[in-house]
Amino acid sequence: MQPASNIATAERAPERLPNAAPARVNVPDRAWAVALTVLGAGVLVVAAIIIAELWHTGGTSLTRTGAVAFVTRSVWDPTRDIYGALPFVYGTLVTSAVALLLAVPVSIGLAIFLTEMAPGAARSIISFPIALLAGIPSVVYGLWGLFVLVPLLRNPIEPTLAKALAFLPLFQGPPIGLGYLAAGVILAVMILPTITSISIEVLQTVPGPLREAALALGATRWEAIRIAVLPYARAGIVGAVMLGLGRALGETMAVTMVIGNSPTIRASLFAPGYSLPAVIANEFAEASGALHTGALAALGLLLFVVTVLLNIAARLLVRMSRRGPARVAA
Amino acid sequence: MKRIPLIAGLALAIAGASLAADKLLINGAGATFPYPIYSKWFSEYNKLHPNVQINYQSIGSGGGIKQITERTVDFGATDAPMTAEELAKAPGILHIPTVMGAVVAVYNLPGVDSLRFSPETLAGIFLGKITKWNDPAIAKDNAKAKLPDAAITVVHRSDGSGTTSVFTDYLSKVSPEWKTGPGQGKSVNWPAGLGGKGNEGVTGTVKQTEGAIGYVEIAYGKQNKLPMAELKNHDGHWVKATLESVSAAAAKAEIPDDYRVSITDAPGNDAYPISGFTWLLVYKEQTDPAKGDALVHFLWWALHDGQKDAPALDYGPLPAPLVKKVEGTLKSITVQGKPVLAARK
Repeated sequence: MQPASNIATAERAPERLPNAAPARVNVPDRAWAVALTVLGAGVLVVAAIIIAELWHTGGTSLTRTGAVAFVTRSVWDPTRDIYGALPFVYGTLVTSAVALLLAVPVSIGLAIFLTEMAPGAARSIISFPIALLAGIPSVVYGLWGLFVLVPLLRNPIEPTLAKALAFLPLFQGPPIGLGYLAAGVILAVMILPTITSISIEVLQTVPGPLREAALALGATRWEAIRIAVLPYARAGIVGAVMLGLGRALGETMAVTMVIGNSPTIRASLFAPGYSLPAVIANEFAEASGALHTGALAALGLLLFVVTVLLNIAARLLVRMSRRGPARVAA
Repeated sequence: MKRIPLIAGLALAIAGASLAADKLLINGAGATFPYPIYSKWFSEYNKLHPNVQINYQSIGSGGGIKQITERTVDFGATDAPMTAEELAKAPGILHIPTVMGAVVAVYNLPGVDSLRFSPETLAGIFLGKITKWNDPAIAKDNAKAKLPDAAITVVHRSDGSGTTSVFTDYLSKVSPEWKTGPGQGKSVNWPAGLGGKGNEGVTGTVKQTEGAIGYVEIAYGKQNKLPMAELKNHDGHWVKATLESVSAAAAKAEIPDDYRVSITDAPGNDAYPISGFTWLLVYKEQTDPAKGDALVHFLWWALHDGQKDAPALDYGPLPAPLVKKVEGTLKSITVQGKPVLAARK
């Protein structure tokens, strides 16, 4: 009942305002603040419920295996109730790293091009398909990966890489197509629009006088971007990259369709691997026994922990870059 | 002001209730493998008995077992029989075999249309011990085939599934090394290869990858025109996977009264060795008079008339002696203490 009456007061409020004494407590304001606080706390409550529920389901499996053993063991054998999460953590981190490596330079380059160099018409023509990329469902990415990307990787991309960079263990082994590399490339395409569009927003906030000052001092266009624009936008761009990373870590459908789903740890990017969300999606429906279900819930908890740790790392990174020349430039 | 929608809602609810009274709604959930034939059966049965509507959610065998145990559905369905532990939580559940399925080994080897695998060779390939197509173990049984010096890519299911359960059950029976190694289950620790999601995922990967071998339900092998390997059965005969050889696997096998049996590696000259049942799960003592009655009559219909639909959808019909046996089980189902089908012949 409370919120309803608040809304009613809020609607009547403007009529009263002119006569209201300035010192009086502003009821609509107070109500609004309370409502927002409740909504904000709701987010925390939901997160807490998720953790509690994951712990409730997965706690037994986790304590039976031992938390350390669960994270460091590399055998996943549901028939014998042996559960080790390391191959999934490894696969999640490797595919996300490949995705960032491919997507970050392209995204930031695109963002710089679109805000600093492209003429107005080109800007809207190029940014439209980027926004479109963000709207494609992940299962469609997965299908595209399976039918277009994987055959291309199998021949000619992986054999070519193997020939050129055979000395690196990263590019050895039979070119199957399905594997870490395929998952990484798909993820790169998926996170590209996120990083690009946020970087564009950030670059647009760079004050014009900064750029003009650099140019007035005789800097070339590239030097102006490097000295004046990028340092100012650095914190925001790091944030954009972290949002992209968040999406890469949690992506399930597209990854499971192309990663090969084999719980092993291999150095080669051509080898099939597995990721945390993929194994949960694959095995949960048919998980037999409380321990198997529990181990999958524990993987969910682990994914949560990995995400939180990376977010903390991102915060630290942003804070550090704020202390740098960005602050000075501002 | 507020009363009008309330009254309208009430009227709708009453209308809905009276509709529900005309139409009997039976809910089921479980295995995905028999979903095509079940949905055909439910629609055919609905044409014959317009007042009975059967809903089925193909959420997987595990989900089906969970839901019937909690009695949130009227029947469950599974591809792997319930374990003793699971049965203890749901006393009084009956396994009713409905149709048979088979798991086939499909491969992609250009120029090689027919291959034969002995049990040892098949286990060796999936154990990752046999890694080349021209391995002597494969060549021994395939003198005519031109086997290339190419690597074997093993493809298995990545999701937990009844198909995997049947396939690993077979490998565990024929290979001691498999039994002590990966073992039998819906998800196992595969020693080799890569995983595809669902039958369609495995089929797709095999189709795309030269030198790949995988295992899928027979329907997927047939519909995708992938070559299916001939296997050496329990009695030492080479058998192709056909609906007849699948039904033959149940003909000589000993079937216990609760039907919880694996018929992989079954005896018989024509028996295809990787065959299995799929079951509906119902409680022996039905509590809802109308639903229980309709459910039992449907099961009777599926056991007789329904079997004719099986071959067209690539399922093996139950052999005649087994149908007789299941008839007895259906007659034992009671609704509020009274048997429903006692009068049937």
